[in-house]
Amino acid sequence: MAVSQTRDLGLPLIKLLRLKGVPILQQLHLEERLLRTSSDNWCIINDGTIDPTIVMGISGKPQELLEIESILRDDIPVIRRFTGGGTVIVDQGTIFVTFICNKDAVPGLQSYPQPIMSWSSLLYKKVFQGIGDFRLRENGILRAWRPQVWRECESITKNRWVHHTSFLWDYEISNMGYLKLPKRAPEYRQARDHLEFICRMKDYISRSSFIDRTIEAVGSEFLLRSAELEDAHCTLGSKFEPSSRLLRKQELGEAIFKSLTASQS
Amino acid sequence: MSSKLWAARAASYLKISFQYRGFATVIKDLKYADSHEWVKVEGNSATVGITDHAQDHLGDVVYVELPDEGAEVKQGASFGAVESVKATSDINSPISGKVVEVNTKLSDSPGLVNASPYESGWIIKVEINDADEVKSLMDSDQYSKFCEEEDAKH
Repeated sequence: MAVSQTRDLGLPLIKLLRLKGVPILQQLHLEERLLRTSSDNWCIINDGTIDPTIVMGISGKPQELLEIESILRDDIPVIRRFTGGGTVIVDQGTIFVTFICNKDAVPGLQSYPQPIMSWSSLLYKKVFQGIGDFRLRENGILRAWRPQVWRECESITKNRWVHHTSFLWDYEISNMGYLKLPKRAPEYRQARDHLEFICRMKDYISRSSFIDRTIEAVGSEFLLRSAELEDAHCTLGSKFEPSSRLLRKQELGEAIFKSLTASQS
Repeated sequence: MSSKLWAARAASYLKISFQYRGFATVIKDLKYADSHEWVKVEGNSATVGITDHAQDHLGDVVYVELPDEGAEVKQGASFGAVESVKATSDINSPISGKVVEVNTKLSDSPGLVNASPYESGWIIKVEINDADEVKSLMDSDQYSKFCEEEDAKH
């Protein structure tokens, strides 16, 4: 009794929104709106998204990152999201976990990219405790683990930040063929292609167990309050227009042209 | 040679005055916002960028999202973003006015923000509405202390 009272005292409140199969563009729009117009802390868990979709970071260049001809042939949607970072292909085998927080929500955490990533790594360390062969990265910085089962990225505003992660609970090998090896790959990647670099989380943990463990880990740092999607929409400012968007086929076609022009020059 | 000595030599060559505090450089004649942007006001024109403290904490900048020329900026509000390690971070304007020039070199060389945050890494030039707005900003001493206090808290 005394322990649970201590845990509840002084912990910041976070609203937990559990979704299933929400399209990734809809999720990104919701996240960006909550980042810009809400003053609450949020943890959003989206268990899978409906259709395979490619999601690039804010500055991603399709001609450098994507096998565009295959993407156009197979009619795979490509989204440019509002956060930084690299390119992922997501589908129903992906589990998304997003934190949207006020800058003072986590005591002692500076709202800069590396501290936020280090904080999230510590949280996910709790999730994966005792499972598989996950080890913390070197370089004195807590990073994603080997084998790679997640991709993370962030956006930071004056008073709030968002950190979202896509976990590869499962994936289709054929989908990885839509992505090129990025030029700006992190050092730990060492020019390995996607298949060499990632693994399926389902080989280590069940879907429900991962989500339960994540919620438990979040509960160790925040006071959880369940929320519904309607609650999230009620808090949103109506004037804000999110910037994440679907790229048009014409834009992808132009990217092929740029790629051909660059290779000829 | 220490970085402090290099900084002193560079300042002497460029004929700028500066203070060196810890690892982040602060330039004496600029004004600073608590969101780590600097502004240099000359008449009704202002130049804006992010500070050495900011670029150091953000990491290698790989992309700068610039506003359009002619866009209005408002003190304290976001006008663009920098992308560094897996993150975008808002750039907030320390002054209100109209954007008259953007640093187009940042499109090909975003790393200028890291290498030269107060000189060639400038981000926008603004025709300012109200020069009195700078009174709400910090001078170099205040900003240095602000950075030290902020870093000490974490």
